[in-house]
Amino acid sequence: MIKLLLRNSKEKIIYGLIISSALITMGILFWIFIFIVMNGMPHLNLQFIFSNYSGEETGIFPMIINTLMVIGITIIIAVPIGISTAIYLVEYAKNGRVVNVIRFSVELLAGIPSIIYGLFGMVFFVTILNFNWSILSGTLTLSIMILPTIIRTTEEALISVPKEYREGSLSLGASKIRTIMKVVLPSAQSGILTGIILGMGRISGETAAIYLTAGMVPRIARGILESGRTLSVHMYLLAKEGISFEEAYATATILLLLTLILNIMAKILSRNQES
Amino acid sequence: MESRNVIEIDNLNLFYGDFQALEDINIEIERNKVTALIGPSGCGKSTFLRTLNRMNDLIENTIVKGDVILDGVDIYKEINLLDLRKRVGMVFQKPNPFPMSIYENVAYGPKAHGVKNKAILDKIVEENLKKAALWDEVKNRLDKSAMGLSGGQQQRLCIARALAVEPEIILMDEPTASLDPIATLKIEELINELKKKYSIIIVTHSMQQAGRISDKTAFFLMGEIIEYSDTTKLFSNPQKKKTEDYITGRFG
Amino acid sequence: MRNLLDDKLEEAHEMLLIMCSLVEENINMAMKALINQDLDLADKVIDNDELIDSYEENIEDLCIELIATQNPLGSDLRKIFTMQKIISDLERIGDHSENIAEIVKLIGEQELIKPLIDIPKMAKIAIEMVHDCINMYIDGNIELSIETIKRDDEVDKLYEEIYSELIELFNDNKEYKDQIFSLLLIGMNLERIADHATNICERAYYMVEGERVEL
Repeated sequence: MIKLLLRNSKEKIIYGLIISSALITMGILFWIFIFIVMNGMPHLNLQFIFSNYSGEETGIFPMIINTLMVIGITIIIAVPIGISTAIYLVEYAKNGRVVNVIRFSVELLAGIPSIIYGLFGMVFFVTILNFNWSILSGTLTLSIMILPTIIRTTEEALISVPKEYREGSLSLGASKIRTIMKVVLPSAQSGILTGIILGMGRISGETAAIYLTAGMVPRIARGILESGRTLSVHMYLLAKEGISFEEAYATATILLLLTLILNIMAKILSRNQES
Repeated sequence: MESRNVIEIDNLNLFYGDFQALEDINIEIERNKVTALIGPSGCGKSTFLRTLNRMNDLIENTIVKGDVILDGVDIYKEINLLDLRKRVGMVFQKPNPFPMSIYENVAYGPKAHGVKNKAILDKIVEENLKKAALWDEVKNRLDKSAMGLSGGQQQRLCIARALAVEPEIILMDEPTASLDPIATLKIEELINELKKKYSIIIVTHSMQQAGRISDKTAFFLMGEIIEYSDTTKLFSNPQKKKTEDYITGRFG
Repeated sequence: MRNLLDDKLEEAHEMLLIMCSLVEENINMAMKALINQDLDLADKVIDNDELIDSYEENIEDLCIELIATQNPLGSDLRKIFTMQKIISDLERIGDHSENIAEIVKLIGEQELIKPLIDIPKMAKIAIEMVHDCINMYIDGNIELSIETIKRDDEVDKLYEEIYSELIELFNDNKEYKDQIFSLLLIGMNLERIADHATNICERAYYMVEGERVEL
């Protein structure tokens, strides 16, 4: 009887600990969210969003456009390379030394702090290739940075495609390429898209790597060889230089919103895949 | 005049690396008959089935020795792999329709072999769904996803998909293993119907199923064919002790 | 492995042996009733036949159950199928004994026209045949079956002798014509019993060898 009571109370304590951990985590998240939005909202208006950042104007429109541009171009560069690598790894490579080297490199790339990417980008793209501080340097650097994410998620999506699909297609006399393009990739589509969106989230929030490679000119870049400041860099500067905390909070709110939208999209897509 | 045998196999040996999965297989598969392959798990019957459309090629370090002659042509030496698989279709253990529409599933094979004309594709889809006894059930929802069909319907769709490339031989790897008895019966009826036009080779774990649908039965054990004869004879009066022990359940 | 099937088969075999000994006993009693003109014994034979019939039903039920639930194949299938056939032969043998008992009752107390010699001889051989053929089914002994079947010829020969002997008596003994006719029928019944025993041998041969044979 006492044993039973003891066991019961032990279970209750563990249960209580688990629940409170969950509540604390959720609480902190909410608190950060509300703190930023509360501080950001007063300064947030259409004029702030849609005006330039020069002279009297303190709008963030150029930064929004630059951010979207950086996201778009990075995706265009990284996705084909990432998907192709994943296809090679899953569908073609036989388990051997080459694959292990590639897998190891991918893991390594994923673990490197972003500031190192920034330094590399600055040395290689900005200086050696002489692209200067530009959208091109920035997006190339970010592409390398998000490649592991895209490769890993695509790999997982491809692996989760049942081998029966491949066998079904091959058994009909379809070629391997056709099997991959028509059956495997479409089946893995939502998994791959989820990976891409996660990558986009990472790009939009990245500061160090883009700050060191795309520069911080607060204007809309009129070409990929021009420098352009993104939202996160803008926020960093506003806060670090102590220019305006209200503007920093307002920018953060916009950034938060962008990340939120991307995450919700990823959720919806991965849910679609499950069903 | 077509010869009586559709496949003739001479001294087939298959190795996965050092492991010998098939040993000295000699067998003649008759045209327009249902041939059942039975035996305990790991006896090589599925491996054997997969040598007939060279699906084993997908597995690394597979070495095949001996001759597999399909209508006078050695399928390991004298024929393009894709052409072979067009002639030798396959239906798998788990129904595996592609995650696309019913129509696209059936049209997939013909498209892969270069049929582009929509009218011709329409005709192929309808014909083969009819052959697979599925047309009446799906004709109003051809554009709906195949994943919405029941297990038995999915398997019949897979049969229609295999038929659509006009094979001569259909390999079936435990096609009813995941189906309920009613769906199983429908597939068995279908097999009985299909043997008029196709030669069917079926791997099955159910001796009752082999008995119900096949004309000839081969009993595999440890990578060898122990006995191959008319189904009735094999199940009522097997000639080998090992076969008797297996079919009466006094095996091992 | 397959204890369930083996146990049930064993059970069926035991029932078959009992049925067989009942049948043997009934032929014996029918003959005794004839020789001693014991009408009570004849009644007992007739009663016993119901028991034999109920054994046939029970064994048949068991066979159906085994086929329906155990999916027997190979030698199991042949064993069950053969048993099914054998019990119907045994049941017919039982019917013939019953016929003999009925005839014994018809003859009644009337003095026998002559001492019976060949008919008991026929009966003895027929009983041995039935006994042997069941044993060979249980043991799967083919040699025994060939021996057994040869004896069918002896029975047929004895029957022919009885037949001509009785026909000869028939013309001079009009007052015994019913009895003579009855004795002829008894001979015929015994001959049929030997035929059924031959059938059982043939079926047992099929069971062992998997091939039919006309012995």
